[in-house]
Amino acid sequence: MREPRWFRITLRTVVTAYLFLLVAWPLSLVAQRTFADGVGDLVGIFEDPDVLHALRLTVVVAVVSVVLNTVFGVGVSLLLVRHRFPGRRVLDLLVDLPLAVSPIVVGLALVLVYGGRDGWFGPTLESMGLRVIYSTPGIVMATVFVALPLVVREVVPVLEEVGVEQERAAQTLGANAWQTFRRITLPSIRWAVLYGVVLSLARSLGEFGAVKVVSGNLLGQTRTATLVVEEKYLNFDKGGAYATAFLLALIAVACIVAVAALRPREGSDRT
Amino acid sequence: MSIRVRNVTKRFGDFVALNDVSVDVPSGGLTALLGPSGGGKSTLLRVIAGLEPPDEGSVHIDGAEATHLSPQRRGVGFVFQHYAAFKHLTVRRNVAFGLEIRKRPRDEVRARVDELLELVHLTQFGDRLPSQLSGGQRQRMALARALAPQPRVLLLDEPFGALDANVRKELREWLRRLHDEVHVTTVFVTHDQEEALEVADEIVVVNEGRVEQVGTPDELYDRPANDFVMRFLGPVTELGGVLVRPHDLVLSTDPCPESVEGIVERVSRVGFEVRIVVRTGDRTVLVTQPRSQFLAARVEAGDRVWVRAEVGARVTA
Repeated sequence: MREPRWFRITLRTVVTAYLFLLVAWPLSLVAQRTFADGVGDLVGIFEDPDVLHALRLTVVVAVVSVVLNTVFGVGVSLLLVRHRFPGRRVLDLLVDLPLAVSPIVVGLALVLVYGGRDGWFGPTLESMGLRVIYSTPGIVMATVFVALPLVVREVVPVLEEVGVEQERAAQTLGANAWQTFRRITLPSIRWAVLYGVVLSLARSLGEFGAVKVVSGNLLGQTRTATLVVEEKYLNFDKGGAYATAFLLALIAVACIVAVAALRPREGSDRT
Repeated sequence: MSIRVRNVTKRFGDFVALNDVSVDVPSGGLTALLGPSGGGKSTLLRVIAGLEPPDEGSVHIDGAEATHLSPQRRGVGFVFQHYAAFKHLTVRRNVAFGLEIRKRPRDEVRARVDELLELVHLTQFGDRLPSQLSGGQRQRMALARALAPQPRVLLLDEPFGALDANVRKELREWLRRLHDEVHVTTVFVTHDQEEALEVADEIVVVNEGRVEQVGTPDELYDRPANDFVMRFLGPVTELGGVLVRPHDLVLSTDPCPESVEGIVERVSRVGFEVRIVVRTGDRTVLVTQPRSQFLAARVEAGDRVWVRAEVGARVTA
C-alpha cells in the first residue's frame, strides 16, 4: 500500500529543507565567499609557498593513510567475516572505536605513547632516529586512526552477502589462497572497497583535531591544509581561509562524484 | 577403487554428522549418495572433496592418500547445489577458470572451453554473465567448469535440488548421457530416490551418519537390507506385521492360503495406477495395481477380499 500523497510531499520537503539548511547552503556560502572578490583568493593561496607545502603534506598523508587503511580494512573484514576465533567480537567493537572517540583524544593518546620526550615508547624510537610526534609519521598515524572503520564497515556486509561458495568453488578448481582472493573475493567486493577508499580519502583530507595535537603545527613543516584554514581564519585572512576550505571540499566532492559516475547502476552488476 | 573412504567420523559440536563411515566408489561409475536431509551425505561428499576435514579416518583418491590434501590439490571437480557461479565473469571465463589457474596456453584454453560449451549446449551463451542464464543453464555451466581441468573425480552436491521439476528431470537424463560420454568417476548427492534409481549405477544409502546399504538400484529395491532402506527407496505397506511393497500384493475375492481377510475401504485411481485400501481388523493395508489388472477383476468399496504377498516378493519383518 502506498502512503497518501500529502505525506510523501511533506516528507520530501522536510528532507530537502533539512539537507539544504545543514549541508548545501553552508557549503555553497563557502564557495560564494571564495569567489567574492573574483579568483584572487584562490590564486593567492597557490602563490603562497607555505600553503602549497601544507596542501602537498595533506595529500601525501591522505594517500598513505588510505593505502594503509585499505589493506588493513580488507584484511580485518576477511578476518571478521570468514573466521571464528576467540576475541572476534572484541575486535569488531575495537574497529568502531575511532568513530566514537573524539579526534582530539586520539591525538593526546598518541602523544602519550609516542611523544619524543616523555612518551611511553617515543624516546626509544627517537634514539633510533625515528621521530613520530611533531612529524609526518605522527600525522599519518592520527589520520589512519580516525579513518580506520570506514573501509571495514563498507566491506563487511558485502562479504557476508557474497558468502563462501564462490571461494570454495575456486579452491576445488585449483586456486590457492592468493589466487582465490585476487580473482574471486576482490572482484566481488570491489565497489565496497572503492566506496570505503573514497570515504577514507575524504575523511583523511579533512582531519583536523587529532592532527592538530600530534603535528605541532609548524609552519612550512607539519602544518596541514586544515590547519592552514584555521590559522588564516584566526589571523583575519578570511579570503585565504575560505579559498583553502573550498579547495578541500572540492577534492572531496570530486571523489564522490567520480565514484558515483563509475559505479554501475544498482542491480545490474553489483556484488 | 577410485575413491576409498575408511572409518571417517565428522562431528559438528555435539552433532555426529558421520559415524565411522567406510565406502568404496568404483572407477568410472556414476554413484549416488542417497539419504534424508541431515543424514550426512553432503558432509561425506565434502570430506571427499577436502572442503571439510574429517575428525578421524582416511580418504584415498586413485590409490593415493588424500586425507590431508587441500581441495586445490585433490584433482576433484565439485558442483554446488546453488551453482557457485563466478558472478563477475562471463560463462567462458567461468569455464576457463581452472585452466587459467593452471596457466595453460591460451589456444589450448580456448579449444577446451569451446569443446565443453558444446558438450553442455551453451555455445551461444559464452559471452553472457551468469545472471543472464536460467538455473538449469547455470548448473550446466558449473558442470563444464568442474570438468575443464579434467578432474579424476567429479562430485555433485544435490546438483538439481534448486531447479524446478521439469528442468530437473531433463538434466537428470542429460547427466546420465553426459557420464556415458565422459566416463569420469562421478559421485552425486541426492535425497530423491527416484533420481538415484534412474541415474546411478550404484547407490550408497546414508542415514544418521552411517551407511545403511550399498548396491545397484535393483539390489536395493528388491533386496533392501533393512526397514529403513525399504521405506526410503519406495512405497511400503504393512501386511500381517511385515513390510511389503503395495504393488507386490495380490487381491482375490476367494479365500486362499497365507492370506489376510479384509474389507475394501476405498478405491482411487491415480493415472495408470489404482490404489485400493483394505481394512484388515484394526489396520489398513494399501494395494496398488496397474489399471489393466484392476479392470480384469474389479473390486468396490465394501467387497470382502483376501490379500497376500506375491510369491518371491521382498518382505522385511
